[in-house]
Amino acid sequence: MSRIEARFSELRGSGRTALIPYITAGDPDPGQTVGLLHGLVEAGADVLELGVPFSDPQADGPVIQDACQRALAHHVRLRDVLDMVADFRATDGTTPIVLMGYCNPIEAMGTEAFATRAAEVGVDGVLVVDEPPEESGDLIQALVQRDIDPIFLVAPTTADDRMERICTTARGFVYYVSLKGVTGAAAMPEEEVEAKVAAIRGHTGLPVGVGFGIRDAESAARLGAFADAVVVGSAIVSRIAENQHDADAMRASVGELVGSMRAALDRVA
Amino acid sequence: MATATKPEYEALPDERGHFGPYGGTFVAETLMAPLAELRAAYDHLRADPEFRRELDWTLKHFVGRPSPLYYAERWSQQLGGAKVYLKREDLDHTGAHKINNTVGQALVAKYMGKKRVIAETGAGQHGVASATVAARLGMECVVYMGAEDVERQKSNVFRMKLLGAEVVPVHSGAKTLKDALNEAMRDWVANVDTTYYIIGTVAGPHPYPTMVRDFHCVIGDETREQMLEQEGHLPDALVACVGGGSNAIGLFHPFLEDSGVRMYGVEAGGEGLATGHHGAPLAGGRPGVLHGNRTYLMSDDSGQITATHSISAGLDYPGVGPEHAWLKDMGRVDYATVDDDEALSAFHELTRVEGVMPALETAHAVAYVKKLAPTMRGDQTIVINLSGRGDKDMATVAKFSGEAME
Repeated sequence: MSRIEARFSELRGSGRTALIPYITAGDPDPGQTVGLLHGLVEAGADVLELGVPFSDPQADGPVIQDACQRALAHHVRLRDVLDMVADFRATDGTTPIVLMGYCNPIEAMGTEAFATRAAEVGVDGVLVVDEPPEESGDLIQALVQRDIDPIFLVAPTTADDRMERICTTARGFVYYVSLKGVTGAAAMPEEEVEAKVAAIRGHTGLPVGVGFGIRDAESAARLGAFADAVVVGSAIVSRIAENQHDADAMRASVGELVGSMRAALDRVA
Repeated sequence: MATATKPEYEALPDERGHFGPYGGTFVAETLMAPLAELRAAYDHLRADPEFRRELDWTLKHFVGRPSPLYYAERWSQQLGGAKVYLKREDLDHTGAHKINNTVGQALVAKYMGKKRVIAETGAGQHGVASATVAARLGMECVVYMGAEDVERQKSNVFRMKLLGAEVVPVHSGAKTLKDALNEAMRDWVANVDTTYYIIGTVAGPHPYPTMVRDFHCVIGDETREQMLEQEGHLPDALVACVGGGSNAIGLFHPFLEDSGVRMYGVEAGGEGLATGHHGAPLAGGRPGVLHGNRTYLMSDDSGQITATHSISAGLDYPGVGPEHAWLKDMGRVDYATVDDDEALSAFHELTRVEGVMPALETAHAVAYVKKLAPTMRGDQTIVINLSGRGDKDMATVAKFSGEAME
């Protein structure tokens, strides 16, 4: 059983919703990432999403664009991100890690080399934002051969027949993009999200996570009532940005936000 | 990959937009449905006689087609070799070939019932051409432009505003064309229901590289007819500058199956390939994925897109259309580079000798012909795609020539 599967089945057993925080690797500097990841787990994260910085993050709003720029100012490469995962794994063997990023850094490293190293360091899932299943053949094969889950997005614009195809390709969990827009955009249409999550469940028994546009404990809790997981990115990255020159304040602020989301999710559960 | 049969260039791309290993649809899930909708609409319209009639009428009466094929006699004699012809896309409405594509896509947008169009622009030519067609059809138009380019190309910014477009300066990343494209994509994701995205070159996700190519093929189609009329045979060589590559593909594509016609695509060598300060992904880049397609890119070892440089803002782009990537690998088109100084000197030469002032982008093709023509016989012919006029570049030329202009 993969770490992602194990974690979701454990949560299902206790009727809890998974909290999946996102940070960009190397933001605000490479030395802080592993510590931040452990801090997220202590504050109540169930699965970690680690962003691979890219110069042209088309699906991201300004908050995560800026995070990429801060990381790239330190020349953080995909190889370095994988080393950070190795460091994290040295003391945490159970929390699943999903890498989220764009196609070109993986192509530059080489799909096989990337998948091999990702398996070695203990990556559990990979989500490539600009690589839909149609274009992902080689990567899916390389990942699945090594028991890493390829994670795919379903969007508000995804029609039913396509949703079915995505659900049969996806492993680990299905990630529903709650709004038409980039990460960190404004209010999501919650009723529509609930209907779409139900539609996804019609095609797969995989857990369904919801992300893009979750800002605080209240919105997390409302989604937690029907989703298996909530993904929170820009709200956390904003706290990193605000406190980038004070590592202690940064960890405290991020921990406080994640902790409040954890508590709110557990209240609905 | 080597086979005995010659490739069928007309058959590409495949139904998923692939030119060999290049092209494709590398976008976030939210855009997959609108791209499928666009493919369906375009497939329907390209075969629709009424659409074709309206497009042809617009090209004739609004754009001013056909554009002349002009024999540059004095310059040819001076070069001492092949006869050089200029395909005068600089005489198209708004001053460059870009309008062929924007009138086509605006009609697609109209048939799809979209009331708002967005575009990215570098030098501002595609932005002006988009604002122009939006004004004509009464559509709302938003143009994304890198903050640095907004500074460099003030007169085109003003033109777009006069035409009723909103120009949004983009401050992210390198603040140039690639960042404008990122921002336009982000707008499209957020407004897919109401908005049509007019991409300005033969890049982007499928079907854009094909659709934009098709709208520019009028350049090559006319050239064939005009050459047969004026010379009685096809040209021996075609030369065009390549940024994203839309004017080049428009000239080249209708001749790809004519094996006697040699083709040269000229990229921006900037300060020289060796310096790394250039805009030549085919000559100095590597295959990768950006802006929805796989193609040659300027990127570093770890896959980050690197800064580009060219004297001409329109060639200042780290990618190139996927069909060019394929044509390079197949050896059908020769890709060369011309640096800033050579382009500038060619700009002056054509202006003085023929009274035709090319855009700095176009001047790269002109500079290449200065080298090519003398190697050819006097009974041979070259066609340069004179893709745009140089009026927009007065400030840059004045600056590089050390003259004051205000």
